[in-house]
Amino acid sequence: MRLSEIRVAGFGGQGVILSAILLGKAASIYENGFATMTQNFGPEARGGACSAQLILSDEPVLYPYVTRPDIMVVMSQEAYNRFAPELKPAGMLIVEEDLVRVTDLKGDPKVYSIPATRMAEELGKRMVLNSVMVGFFTAVTKLLTADAVRKAVADSVPPSFRELNLQAFEKGYEYGNKELAAAPPRQGLQELAYSSE
Amino acid sequence: MKADPRGVLTGTHFLDGDHACCEGALAAGARFAAGYPITPSTEVVERFAARVPTVGGCFIQMEDELAASIALQGGVWGGAKAFTVTSGPGFSLMMEHIGYAAMTETPCVFVDVQRGGPSTGLPTLPAQADMMQARWGSHGDYEIIALCPNSPQECFDLTIQAFNFAEEFRVPVMFMMDEVVGHMTEKVVIPPADEIDVTPRKHTHKSVEDYLPYSTNGDMVPEMAHAGDGYNFHVTGLTHDEHGYPNMTPQVQDKLVRRLQNKIRSAADRICLFEEDRLDDADVVVVSYGITSRVAQRAIDAARDQGLKVGKLRLITAWPFPEKKIAELAAHVKAFVVPELNLGQMVHEVKRAADGNAKTFAVSHAGGAVHNPDEILNTIVEASRC
Repeated sequence: MRLSEIRVAGFGGQGVILSAILLGKAASIYENGFATMTQNFGPEARGGACSAQLILSDEPVLYPYVTRPDIMVVMSQEAYNRFAPELKPAGMLIVEEDLVRVTDLKGDPKVYSIPATRMAEELGKRMVLNSVMVGFFTAVTKLLTADAVRKAVADSVPPSFRELNLQAFEKGYEYGNKELAAAPPRQGLQELAYSSE
Repeated sequence: MKADPRGVLTGTHFLDGDHACCEGALAAGARFAAGYPITPSTEVVERFAARVPTVGGCFIQMEDELAASIALQGGVWGGAKAFTVTSGPGFSLMMEHIGYAAMTETPCVFVDVQRGGPSTGLPTLPAQADMMQARWGSHGDYEIIALCPNSPQECFDLTIQAFNFAEEFRVPVMFMMDEVVGHMTEKVVIPPADEIDVTPRKHTHKSVEDYLPYSTNGDMVPEMAHAGDGYNFHVTGLTHDEHGYPNMTPQVQDKLVRRLQNKIRSAADRICLFEEDRLDDADVVVVSYGITSRVAQRAIDAARDQGLKVGKLRLITAWPFPEKKIAELAAHVKAFVVPELNLGQMVHEVKRAADGNAKTFAVSHAGGAVHNPDEILNTIVEASRC
């Protein structure tokens, strides 16, 4: 499990921080890896730019901040404009396709997009868009096993929303697998992934 | 004795440092906190306020930090284990009552999640610039204990240690977190209650007639009476004799104040916790604490990769300062490198303890972020050449 630097960004209220918590929990509790999550902590609560930094590794994480993200998940245009320039040239960009227009992208990152908000609305609650996104992330990055992330989702959301969030996860995960089959990552990107062998 | 299982959230969690500190306090047996919530420490009491009623305790949000820091001491004398939580601006306001806790020997814990200062400074960003304030902030001669966690797991483990030291030595313990450690989220393992040692209050077994509130039995720490058991006692910040009554003679002052110092200094070897690595062949030792110790580790690893003989001394206990350890190292290393998120605080202690036998290099930072590891690495390289 190579050290991976991840940034998740969007606007307040989208579940940006919870997305990072779910992935960090999956890595550190259900996969025996190490995860350190920090959040940009400012006066904005709802609607403002919101971002979380997550470092996954098979060794204890020392430096707690992301310097050059390998993977970036963006759920708003503002977040894209602000953070996309940080992404490693051969990294991976994951976007909410209805909310982010990918322009002026530097380097040659692999881009995967998903209409996560629309899919969450189809499930009946826009709120679960982060679980859709986390499912999608799990499929396209292959950093974590789906089972570990499912467990993290199940024990992190209120019991009354557990089923809905797990459905949202599966929807995102299936969509991700289809996208991945249609456009597999280059060799360099596969090195990013935790090897499951 | 072992922890009360009701307060122990046994399991594997993904918690930030503030929440882990709260769980440590509950596991240690804290059943009362008084506070005036302030960023970046708010999450500690936010969680405590929700959790503690389920285990038979309470939290009071006071009107300010002065009130909070004295209400907690009322709680302690009423029989509870208690603490308060704050950040720089509130810590400044608590100084008077930290002195009161030292003078009255009230066992309690002050958590300071450090942010950039002076004044209101940087509410949401880190610093380590309250380190001298923790030691010297109140007037008069006294000793305190200060601990510096560098991860959420240590926020849990060392909060328990802080409460245990507070009870053992009847002293206010400063728990010196920083904004990064407080807000970073990592795995925290909380063991079963029967694997957690907690130090009970040092209650007297003497009869009501024989009990003297401030008499000591050779170990320099007096016994406390249990409130409600019929003992009459007087607690005052004035210089007091064994009876607890004001007695303002130079003789009583000398005896009392020297004891307040010596009860900590004589146990310094046991209180001074630190982590060391690759010191055997080291020419240069990086001395750091809190979040900076993790950034420094990256610089140490990079320096070793370059073939430099550099080791690590991480201070877990900042006060009492581990001067004996520094003096031992100073006898055979060339230099100390001391990165900290302030413009030079603990580095002066390192220099004092090294006493001219090794050079001292500060890597200062005004706060608001952590160091760039390269700044520390550059100073290691410079120190190696001295």
